[in-house]
Amino acid sequence: MAYSTKVIEHYENPRNVGSLPKEDEGVGTGLVGAPACGDVMKLQIKVNLETDVIEDAKFKTFGCGSAIASSSLVTEWVKGMTLDQAMGVKNSQIAEELNLPPVKIHCSVLAEDAIKAAIADFKTKRAKRQAEATKKAG
Amino acid sequence: MMTLKLPIYMDNHATTPVDPRVLDTMLPYFTTEFGNAASRNHVFGWNAEKAVDQARDQVAALIGATGKEIVWTSGATESDNLAIRGVAEFYKDKGNHIITTQTEHKAVLDTCKFLEKQGFKVTYLPVKPDGLVDLDGLREAMTDKTILVTIMLANNEIGVVQPVAEIGAIVKQKGAIFHTDAVQGAGKIPFDVNACRVDLASISAHKMYGPKGVGALYVRRKPRVRLAPLILGGGHERGMRSGTLPVPLIVGFGRAAEIARQEMPDESKRLLALRERLRRQIQDAISETYVNGSLEHRLPGNLNISFAYVEGEAMMMALKEVAVSSGSACTSASLEPSYVLRALGIGEELAHTSIRFGLGRFNTEEEVDYVARLVIDKVNKLRELSPLWEMAQEGIDLKSIEWAAH
Repeated sequence: MAYSTKVIEHYENPRNVGSLPKEDEGVGTGLVGAPACGDVMKLQIKVNLETDVIEDAKFKTFGCGSAIASSSLVTEWVKGMTLDQAMGVKNSQIAEELNLPPVKIHCSVLAEDAIKAAIADFKTKRAKRQAEATKKAG
Repeated sequence: MMTLKLPIYMDNHATTPVDPRVLDTMLPYFTTEFGNAASRNHVFGWNAEKAVDQARDQVAALIGATGKEIVWTSGATESDNLAIRGVAEFYKDKGNHIITTQTEHKAVLDTCKFLEKQGFKVTYLPVKPDGLVDLDGLREAMTDKTILVTIMLANNEIGVVQPVAEIGAIVKQKGAIFHTDAVQGAGKIPFDVNACRVDLASISAHKMYGPKGVGALYVRRKPRVRLAPLILGGGHERGMRSGTLPVPLIVGFGRAAEIARQEMPDESKRLLALRERLRRQIQDAISETYVNGSLEHRLPGNLNISFAYVEGEAMMMALKEVAVSSGSACTSASLEPSYVLRALGIGEELAHTSIRFGLGRFNTEEEVDYVARLVIDKVNKLRELSPLWEMAQEGIDLKSIEWAAH
């Protein structure tokens, strides 16, 4: 199968590779996929606690070139977005941008799942902190 | 030192280039010697027939057979179909049971599945973790209804060589017919149809530096093995395979078999040395690599190796100047990882990380060193990108995590 030039470009120069400290207050971590299925994505966001804006995003991906490109692209997109905006990122947009063939659509689905999982993790942590703060105050 | 030419071809289990010596032998048969080998009444036909008969002897000599036992086909897929369906159809009154293994080529497995739908019973023998058939398992599987056992000589993915002589002895003791798909093994390792007591053997020209589009089925004459034909017509090939013979391809196949037979002793040693050079460089430099299948009972040119935490297709993309192959799901239409690796009991997560290197006649030491360096560099880079590698380094047991299947 021939890859689109955009997939190759992201694969050869992946953006935002790395990890954020997952214990930090503003960091949300999404880990999706399964080794047995051949794709695992870890996507992390660093959220401004005042504004809900995603200030940084990092990823690591075990998977084919399309999976690596999808996660690279999505980290690029969500930087500067609010959490609500980032929740609106659709796999179809990723697939379209990277010209993914039908057999690779699941890579873009996984990238959408990864960003949603990272946001959910951030929100869970925040809710937990708030609950603890209320408990202490009470 | 020779200058290295890119891209480098290391996928010689998929196909091989035509050896220039083979091409030279073929060329006159496209133009001046173009006769139909079935034309019995003029010199064009006689010359074509003579060339075809010489090729029969050359191909037969490679496997210890006689020229009269060679049936030309379009390739090994047809040979496998003809052998298995031909026996099933002809001997169906004797029994309805066929034995094969889980790691056969699809040409054998899909043919067996087809016969199951026709009412035959098929046993798909498991293999041991090294990829070899368990001979006791074979003995136990055989019944008085077993008409055919079909087990490959060497595996196309992992290069593992089955104990065909021992299998032949077991099969003949029970009076069944023994077919072997010898596509990957013939011309690479010594193989003799009489020593192995094989009744039918499939071989292909393009895996041994001959042209694509021609194969052969060895059909034993003493004692005679009968087949129902798949293709009906002019009664060519003793009625087993009608159709005008592709004389240039057959002549090329003959020459390719002759070269393979003559050069095998030296060439197999050279390939084994290259394979071990590649394997040692890679395994010395990278942790957590696993050779899939027996290293001892293996084709000299095959290295199938899993690089934990690095997905196979991403790896192939990184090795873009080297033609190799992977057992990763992403390289198959089905999105399932290699059924051969799974039959060895290799976990899906490791099956996804396998790469098959197939070394051949035209690979050099310089190429091997270049590829080894490239592999080491790219595995290290892709591991830096891998969340699984990061987790493993942090001491997290990947099996302890509840992964969401998708």
